Amino acid sequence: MRKEVLFSGFGGQGVILASVILGRAAAVYENLYAVQTQSYGPESRGGASRAEVVISDEPIDYPKAITPDYAVFFSQEAYTKFLHTVKEGATVIVEKDLVPHRDPEFEKRLNVIALPLTEIAEETTGLSLTMNILTLGILVGVTGIVGRESIEKAVRDAVPHGTEEINLRALRRGFELAEKLKP
Amino acid sequence: MRYPFPVGRSDFIQGDEAVARAAILAGCRFYAGYPITPASEIFEAMALYMPLVDGVSIQMEDEIGSIAAVIGASWAGAKAMTATSGPGFSLMQENLGYAVMTETPIVVVNMMRGGPSTGQPTFPAQGDLMQAIWGTHGDHMLIVLSPSTVQEAFDLTIRAFNLAEKYRTPVVILGDAELAHMRERVYIPNPDEIEVVERKLPANEDEAKLPFGDPHGDGVPPMPIFGRGYRTYVTGLTHDESGHPRTVEPEVQQKLIGRIFRKILDHKDEIISYETFELDDAEIAIVSTGIVSRSAIRAVKMLRERGVRAGLLKLSTVWPFDFEVIEELAEQVRKIYVPEMNLGQLYHLVREGANGKAEVELIAKIGGEVHTPMEIMERVVG
Repeated sequence: MRKEVLFSGFGGQGVILASVILGRAAAVYENLYAVQTQSYGPESRGGASRAEVVISDEPIDYPKAITPDYAVFFSQEAYTKFLHTVKEGATVIVEKDLVPHRDPEFEKRLNVIALPLTEIAEETTGLSLTMNILTLGILVGVTGIVGRESIEKAVRDAVPHGTEEINLRALRRGFELAEKLKP
Repeated sequence: MRYPFPVGRSDFIQGDEAVARAAILAGCRFYAGYPITPASEIFEAMALYMPLVDGVSIQMEDEIGSIAAVIGASWAGAKAMTATSGPGFSLMQENLGYAVMTETPIVVVNMMRGGPSTGQPTFPAQGDLMQAIWGTHGDHMLIVLSPSTVQEAFDLTIRAFNLAEKYRTPVVILGDAELAHMRERVYIPNPDEIEVVERKLPANEDEAKLPFGDPHGDGVPPMPIFGRGYRTYVTGLTHDESGHPRTVEPEVQQKLIGRIFRKILDHKDEIISYETFELDDAEIAIVSTGIVSRSAIRAVKMLRERGVRAGLLKLSTVWPFDFEVIEELAEQVRKIYVPEMNLGQLYHLVREGANGKAEVELIAKIGGEVHTPMEIMERVVG
């Protein structure tokens, strides 16, 4: 079982933190093998940001995603650049408002979930920057790649002290949305 | 002893963090550094942890000062480490030679990024391999280790301290930007699960008077510690067994440098470590070190699925180099491929080892991305 997850967007959206939380949930709380890698330029905000998580029940050789089974796109640039690398039938989550130009033909081969994620995050917690955690909730809720309890524990471990409850609210809102979205 | 991180359990941490935690478990109590991508997280972890284990972590004015401080701390009795990347490693070269010449146990981490010069700060490379071995001037000998996973980064850091202490030598850990920033599951052992080696100290006044002698015949002199009662002269100049400069007698230089080589090379079977994968019946071999080995393992699996009898030799110790094991491999296989993230460095060592007994082909890649398994496989199947 080798599962590859791609998170992409721009710096400051929490792309890397989301990937770290998912990897931690798998490695620490599900006793699976997990590797998280990232690619970004020297700037900490605004530049293109990409993170990958590979999860497996056996030791992981090549640590990068080859054809992602799951992908998250938070920006037009990321969508345009990486959409065509995902596996046929992949579950793909798109920040609808930030990706105006889509490829409907290619999306037919995928399970696409396109939502105004930033807006939903703002409505749920009052903080648009909880969008990454909300998305994790949707991803885990829809795919079951890790258990809900594991991802909750990993969120508690990884988010800044004092923001645990607000982030868990975003995560659980993601779980709720996932229930409605499940095929 | 309480540790500032959980022990006896698995965690999900970066390669840099794993190096820092391993150093502390190996007994490192002095860190000096200057921040640089992608090694800064080692410094951040050390700055956080050191005060909690009664150790010291300091920022120096540059990397020259950092390695100098580490050498001084080692003579004061502390296990000491610094970490950097390409540009900083270049600055450290002169004092790395000083550590070789004064036989000072230190650990120097180089998380390689694209170069030369400031190059590609956030992207991995393996362009400093030859520099790690031969970067400082003059005939010298040291140990270079190269991890490929976060667990290996942890395990080889402990090994680096043990080898440094045992052989009174600097040890370089060659990682890369991918490994430095990669998070992976790693088991952090309890202290009683780890073997920790301490340096030899003078057993008596006679031994203390000859801090560069060879009283035990293993080439490794006991190391007097500053402030523990002996007067010791330490110099980068060629010196006799007492440590005093003797720069015009050829035989003094021959004896000193000869012993510095011998103390490593006589023990190279113990120092050299490698792993093999599917090599027993292989007719095609891949030889690699560091992060690219992970792509090579996958490439071997893919080649085997296609009926190609491929195998991998993964080097955890880069220097001293095991030329004999490469020659034996060259006698067994038809061809050896060397994938590396540079334009050809390990390749030259492997070719020398193969000694004409098998064809050796370089699979070079620069630019900041690790070879994909497909890239390696395609070169092999043609």
